[in-house]
Amino acid sequence: MRTARSRAARLGAVAAVATLALSACGGGSIDEQTKANESQAAEGGGECGDLSMAVNPWVGYEASAYVVGTVAEQELGCSVEYKELKEDVSWQGFGTGEVDVVIEDWGHPDLEKKFFAEQGDGTATDFGPQGNVGIIGWYVPPWLAEENPDITDWENLNDYAQDFATSESDGKGQFLGADPSYVQFDEAIVSNLDLDFKVVFSGSEAASIEAFRKAEENKEFLIGYFYEPQYFMAEVPLVKVALPPYEEGCQDDPQDVACDYPETELKKIVSTEWSESDSTAVDLVQNFTWTNEDQNVVAGYIASDGMSPEDAAAKWVDENQDKVDAWLG
Amino acid sequence: MTATAPAPAARKPVEPGAEPPPPERASVSRWIPAVVIVAVWIVVYFLTEGTDTLALPGVARTDLHDRLTEFNNDLLASRDTNPIMQFTNSISDLLRSVFEWVQRMVVVPNPPRPVPEIGWLGVVAIATYVGLVIANWRIALLVCLSFLSFGVLGFWQDSLDLLIVTGISVAIVILLGMPLAVLVGTSARANRVITVVLDLMQTMPTFVYLLPVVLFFGIGVSAAVVSTIIYALPPLVRIAGFGIREVPTTTIEATDSAGQTYWQRLFKVQLPMARKTIIVGLNQTTLAALSMATLAAFVNGPGLGKPVLAGLRINDVGAAFVPGVLIVVMAVMLDRTTTAASERSEKVARGGGGNVRQRRILLAAGGVGTLVAVYLSRTYIGLAEFPVYTIGDKVATAVNDVMDWVTSTFGGITGAFKDYVTEWLLNPMQSLLAESPWYVSFIGIASLALVFGGARAFVSALVCLTGIWFFDLWHDAMITLTMTLVATVLVMILALVFGVWMARDRKVDLGIRPLLDAGQTIPPFVYLIPVLALFGPSRFTAIVAGVVYAAPAAIKLVADGVKGVSPTTIEAGRSTGQTTWQEITKVQLPMAKGSLVLATNQGLLYVLSMTVIGGLVGAGALGYDVVYGFSRSEAWGKGLAAGITIVLLGVMLDRITRAAADVRRDDGAGPRRAFHTRLPIGFPGDRKVVET
Repeated sequence: MRTARSRAARLGAVAAVATLALSACGGGSIDEQTKANESQAAEGGGECGDLSMAVNPWVGYEASAYVVGTVAEQELGCSVEYKELKEDVSWQGFGTGEVDVVIEDWGHPDLEKKFFAEQGDGTATDFGPQGNVGIIGWYVPPWLAEENPDITDWENLNDYAQDFATSESDGKGQFLGADPSYVQFDEAIVSNLDLDFKVVFSGSEAASIEAFRKAEENKEFLIGYFYEPQYFMAEVPLVKVALPPYEEGCQDDPQDVACDYPETELKKIVSTEWSESDSTAVDLVQNFTWTNEDQNVVAGYIASDGMSPEDAAAKWVDENQDKVDAWLG
Repeated sequence: MTATAPAPAARKPVEPGAEPPPPERASVSRWIPAVVIVAVWIVVYFLTEGTDTLALPGVARTDLHDRLTEFNNDLLASRDTNPIMQFTNSISDLLRSVFEWVQRMVVVPNPPRPVPEIGWLGVVAIATYVGLVIANWRIALLVCLSFLSFGVLGFWQDSLDLLIVTGISVAIVILLGMPLAVLVGTSARANRVITVVLDLMQTMPTFVYLLPVVLFFGIGVSAAVVSTIIYALPPLVRIAGFGIREVPTTTIEATDSAGQTYWQRLFKVQLPMARKTIIVGLNQTTLAALSMATLAAFVNGPGLGKPVLAGLRINDVGAAFVPGVLIVVMAVMLDRTTTAASERSEKVARGGGGNVRQRRILLAAGGVGTLVAVYLSRTYIGLAEFPVYTIGDKVATAVNDVMDWVTSTFGGITGAFKDYVTEWLLNPMQSLLAESPWYVSFIGIASLALVFGGARAFVSALVCLTGIWFFDLWHDAMITLTMTLVATVLVMILALVFGVWMARDRKVDLGIRPLLDAGQTIPPFVYLIPVLALFGPSRFTAIVAGVVYAAPAAIKLVADGVKGVSPTTIEAGRSTGQTTWQEITKVQLPMAKGSLVLATNQGLLYVLSMTVIGGLVGAGALGYDVVYGFSRSEAWGKGLAAGITIVLLGVMLDRITRAAADVRRDDGAGPRRAFHTRLPIGFPGDRKVVET
C-alpha cells in the first residue's frame, strides 16, 4: 500500500514539473517558425479553402488526383486532403461533405442513379471528361501475339483453347477475369461467342498484373481482361484481342453481350455542394484535362521509379507548366 | 481422371475433427459408417454429376441478393433524416476530434507551430518511461527500440496514427466490453445470447460491414475505430467473462455468507480474482485491434495499413513489407508490455516487486530524463521532426531482390506442386461437394456430422446447411468449404511435424516461435504478391495464404499440447525400450489428443477467416462474392449473403469438430472458449496458452 501511494505522489510531482517545464519552454528555431506562421495566418490565406480529393485504388487515378491536388496547393493555396477510398465509398462521401472530387470515373450507372440529380439525391455532379480515354478489352502478353499473330482475333481463340488451360479451368481454356470493381461481361461474351473458355476471376488488380508479368517472363499462355491507361502497359505492352466491334446498345442486356467493350471517356465527378461554392479550385477541376500519355508519365514515376505520388506530381507540374497554366485559365 | 481418383481424397472431408485419427477404438467404429456414407455419395455423384448444383456465375445475382441490396440503399436514402444516423454521426465527430487532438499533440504540426506539441524525442522518452513505470527496464528498452524503428524505417506518422487509433478503440472496447463480460460471466442465459453475437462479429468478413459502417460513421478515423471495435470486442468479452465465471464458487459462497451486496461481490471478489484472465483478454483484444489496420485503410483509416495498400497498388512487395513488419513490431511491443505489466502488478500486489528504494531512484532519474527530452523536443526542429533515413527503402529493395530470386528459382517447383495438389486433392473433393446435386451434398454433410458429432452436431449442421441453401450461394459455399478443408489438412500436417519437433527440442522451439508470431500478425496483404508470383491466381494460392495464416496457431497448440504430456509417462515408455517413432505415435500424440482437436478446430476457423483474401488472389467462390459486394454497390446484397454463408460454414465446422472431440457439453464455458481463440504470441514459459 505504501509503495502504491508514494508512486502516485511521485507521478503527481512529475506531472507538476512537466507542466512547469512545458509552459516555460521557449527559444530555438521552432519558436521563430511559429511566429512566422502566425503572421502569415494574419495576412489571410487563399480563397480556395479545403479540398477533399478521393484517391481510388489504382495508380493512374493517383497520378491524376495528385497532379490536380499539387496545382491546387501550389497555385491556389488550397489545403488538400487525399482520401484513399474505393469508388462506392467516395460517391457516398459527396453528400456528407467528406469528398469533393472524384477525378477519374470509369462509369458507374448504379451510382449515377443514386447520386445524380435526375434520379437520385443530387449530391453528385458530372463535371465532364478529364481527357483520358479508357480502353477495356481482352489482352494477351506480347510474346504470344508475336509468335501467334492470329491469336489476336477472337475467331481463332478456340484453336488455342487447350493451351490456355490451367488447374482452375476444368479442362477448358482459362480466361482471367478482373478485379470485381470493373464492369465485366466476359462470362456472357465467352458463352455467346461459343468460346471453349472458362472465366476465372483474378479478384484483384494486383493478381491480374502479377499473372500477366509471369506469363510474359515464362512465355506462358494467358488471356484476360485488362485496360489502359495503366502503368503496367509500359513494362509489358499487352496486345489487345479483337472481339466483334462495339455497337451502340450491344451491351444493354448483360446476358446477351457478344461484342467488345466501348472506349470510355473518363469523367470528373464532384460534390454538388462543393461545385456551387466559391472555392477557386472549382474552376481548376472544371478546366483540368490531359491525355493518356500524360497520365502514363506520372504513373510511371510512381510505379516504376518508386517516387511518392506528391513528388511524381510535382515533377510533372514543373515540366509541364504550359499545360498547368491552361487549366488555371 | 480415373474413376478411383476421388476416393482417397474424398475421405479427407469426412474427418475434419480428428486429423490424424488417434488410434482408439471409439474413432475406428465411427470410420466404418463414414466410409460407407462417402462411398454411397461417390456413387450418387457419378450418376448425377453436374445437375442441380445451384451454380451462379461470378457477376450474377439473385432476387434475394437484390432485396438485401435494397436494404442498404434504403439506409442510404434515409441518411439525412434517419435519427440513428444523426446520433452516430455526432459520435463520429467526437471520435474524429479526439483523434485529431492527440495527433496534434504527438505527431502532426499543431498550427501555428510547425511541429507537434511534443516532438519525436519527447514521444520516445515518454513511451519508454511508461514502459519503465508499468513494467521493467527490459520492457522500457523494447518500447524505446520499437518506437525508434518506426521512425528510422520511415513510417513515424503512420505508426503513431495506428497506435492512436488502437488506443482509442481499445479504450472504448473496455468501456463496452467489461459490463458485457460481467453479464457473460454471471448469467448463463446472457452468455448463450451474447456468444452467438460474438461469433457473428468475429466470423463476418470486414468487407461486408465496412460500407454500412461508413454510412453510419463516415469515412476515415471514425470508421476505422468502429470497425476495429466490432472485431476486437469479442476476445475481451469471451476471455474476461470466462475468468469471472471461473472464480471458485466456494470463495463466492464464503464471502456471500458475510452478507455482501451484489456490487461488493463483483468489485471485491469476482473482478479482482479474475484479474489475470481479464488482462489476457485485454492483450488479445489489443492484438485483434492491430490486425484490423490494413482493412481500415480501405476506408481511409489512418495508420500503417495505408502504406501496405499503397505497396500493393504498385505490386511492390518490399514497399508493403516494411510497414507490415512494423505492425508486427508494434504487436510484439504491446503484447510483451501488457504481459509484463500484469506480471509486475501481480508481484506488487503480493508484496514483492524487488528493491523499492532502487526502483524509486530509477524512476525519478527516468522521469527527469523524460522531461528534459520533452523540453528539447519542443525546442529544436531536429528533435521534433523525425529525421529521414533511407534504410527503409534499402530494406524494401533487398526484400524485392530476395523475392525475385525466390520466384525465379522456385517458380517451376511450386507450380508443379500446385498442379499436383489441385489435381489429386482439391479437384476430386470439389467435384464431390460442389458438382453433386445440392441435396446430395446436403444429406452427405449432415449424415457425416451425425456420425462424427452425434445428434447435436447433426442439428447444427442441418440449421447451417439450410441457411446456406437459403442465401443462394450453395455452389460457391461448397467450393469454399473444399478449399477450407484442404488447407486445414495441410495446416495439420505442418502442425504435427513442426509441433512435435518443437516440443521435443527447445532450441527449435526458440528458433521457430518468432517466425510463427510474425506469420500470425503480419497483414496477409503483404504476402499476397509473393504467393501470386509463385502460384498465379488460383484456388491453391488462396490455400497457401490460408495455411500461412493458420499454421502458426495450430503449430503452437500442438507443440504446447505435446509438451504438456507428463515426463513420467515418457520415461516409463523409454524404459521399455520403445523407439522415438513409437514414443511420438503411441504416447505423445494420443495423450495430446485434446490439443490436436483444438488445433484442428482453430485451423479450420483461421483458414475460413482468410476466405476473402482468397477471393483477391483468384480463388473465386465466397471470397470473390464478398469482394464483389464491397466493390460495387449494386452487388452489396450478394456480398452480405456471402458473408452470412461464411459465418454459417464457420459455425457448422466449429460445432462438428467440437462435438467430434467429445468435448464436455455440461459446462457452457468449456467448449465455447475453443471458438476463435487468438493465441498469445511469445515464447513458451512466458505464459500459458489463453484457453487453459
